[in-house]
Amino acid sequence: MLATLGRPFLRLLGGMGRMACFTVRSFAAVPKTRRLPRRLLRAIFEQGTRCLPVILIVGIFTGLVLGLQGHYVLNRFGSESLLGALVSLSLVRELGPVLAALMLVGQAGSALAAEIGIQRNSEQIAALETMGVSSEGYLVTPRLLAALIVFPMQTALFVLIGLYGGYLSGSAMLGLEPGVYWSAVEKAVEARDLTECFVKAGTFGLITIAMCSYQGFYAHLGHGTGARAVSAATTRAVVLSCVLVLALDDVITSFLLHR
Amino acid sequence: MTDSSEPLLRIESLHKRFDDNIVLAGASLDVPRGSLVTVLGRSGTGKSVLLKCLAGIVTPDAGRIRFDGKDLDASTRADFRRRCSFLFQSNALFDSLTALENVALPLEQTTNLSDAEIRVQSLEALKQLELDAHHDRYPSQLSGGMQKRLALARAIVTKPELVLFDEPTAGLDPLRRNAVFTMILKYQRQFRFTAVVVTHDLDEALIASDRVALLDSGKMLFEGAPTAFTTSTDPVVSSFRDSAAALRESVAALRQTSAAS
Repeated sequence: MLATLGRPFLRLLGGMGRMACFTVRSFAAVPKTRRLPRRLLRAIFEQGTRCLPVILIVGIFTGLVLGLQGHYVLNRFGSESLLGALVSLSLVRELGPVLAALMLVGQAGSALAAEIGIQRNSEQIAALETMGVSSEGYLVTPRLLAALIVFPMQTALFVLIGLYGGYLSGSAMLGLEPGVYWSAVEKAVEARDLTECFVKAGTFGLITIAMCSYQGFYAHLGHGTGARAVSAATTRAVVLSCVLVLALDDVITSFLLHR
Repeated sequence: MTDSSEPLLRIESLHKRFDDNIVLAGASLDVPRGSLVTVLGRSGTGKSVLLKCLAGIVTPDAGRIRFDGKDLDASTRADFRRRCSFLFQSNALFDSLTALENVALPLEQTTNLSDAEIRVQSLEALKQLELDAHHDRYPSQLSGGMQKRLALARAIVTKPELVLFDEPTAGLDPLRRNAVFTMILKYQRQFRFTAVVVTHDLDEALIASDRVALLDSGKMLFEGAPTAFTTSTDPVVSSFRDSAAALRESVAALRQTSAAS
């Protein structure tokens, strides 16, 4: 019984340790990575453009639904004027960072895990190592740094679009005064809410891109070989990233709420 | 000081096992400067593992590798990588980079050359391999032979002293096999690098190589000139050498049997 429970736990612990070492090695490669700014710009462009449409679409619908549901609930208590506060705080503190991160994992993270997995399969990573090029520095470092920039930006965009969605459903569709909605937004959101939003976005970005890169990088050590190994690594990357986002969200929220 | 009479590369008693599978069991090989040495052997005898041990992709369990008079270890590995290139069986080209970007990659990442100098040197390497007209194409837009030449252009752009070729003719038809071996020989003479080629194509190896080695059961069973290989009486060497003749005899016997029945 103890062995049955302990073995997967030890495996999980070992995997987390290896991923942490991989992430540290990738950051340690920053000074050794040549032409990093160029690769960083490319990574920012790839992550940014790849995810922009889905962020816009999911953001507007999240805001629309929040506006509808919020108006329905608040209307029961005669507090429709607080719709702006409900939508903005929900988006800024919770839904913005989490949903944007999940969308980014689905779009950029899965593509990254598959791309690096294929590069491992076709010996491109081995080729880099025989050239004396740090494979982590070349493939992973720019992506990790880009995530620290792109995730907060995409989250901010998600929140802004969501706020507009809340305005559309609350004011344009259900008749709440626009001034009432926007002034509630302005009064409700404080600096510490924005801090929580960006701390979460940065952390989620770093941890999910590290996870997706790690799974792709070591695709050959997982189950199966060839295309099956890449598909398994991609699935693992997406599932574990989503679980990590939700678990870390809980940890960060608990920590920041009780400071 | 390095002794110029010493081979550029010396492998001494290399051992490697993967779990219970012993792949290398004391393989040794000398690679003289400026020579083309071919390592022959049946599929699965550890030829590629031997090359990967040299390239540092696989760590040997025991044994010694000396390059230019120095033991290859963590302190000398970086210098070895600067002076050595590896041509993978799969070419290992970056499919998201153009031909020019693929060739420029090692220069970009391992030298302090300016962008303009890198472009000039990369285009020069492509021109020498007759690929300059295709510099803006992606590997998937090139034929198999062109991809092989592109991989060679990337391997020689850093002007290495040693180039390791892993099964460069695997999966190619006889005409392409000849073309690839001719290409290796031509550029090895032109750029004066030392080459180690791993293959199981006997005919091409015997024609093109300066020295031939036969790897079997994890050990080098033969090492010497191609002429010595063709006259060797060692049973393993002769069975490898005469495998085509043996196939012909087996097929003839089968045909006779089926004709009789």
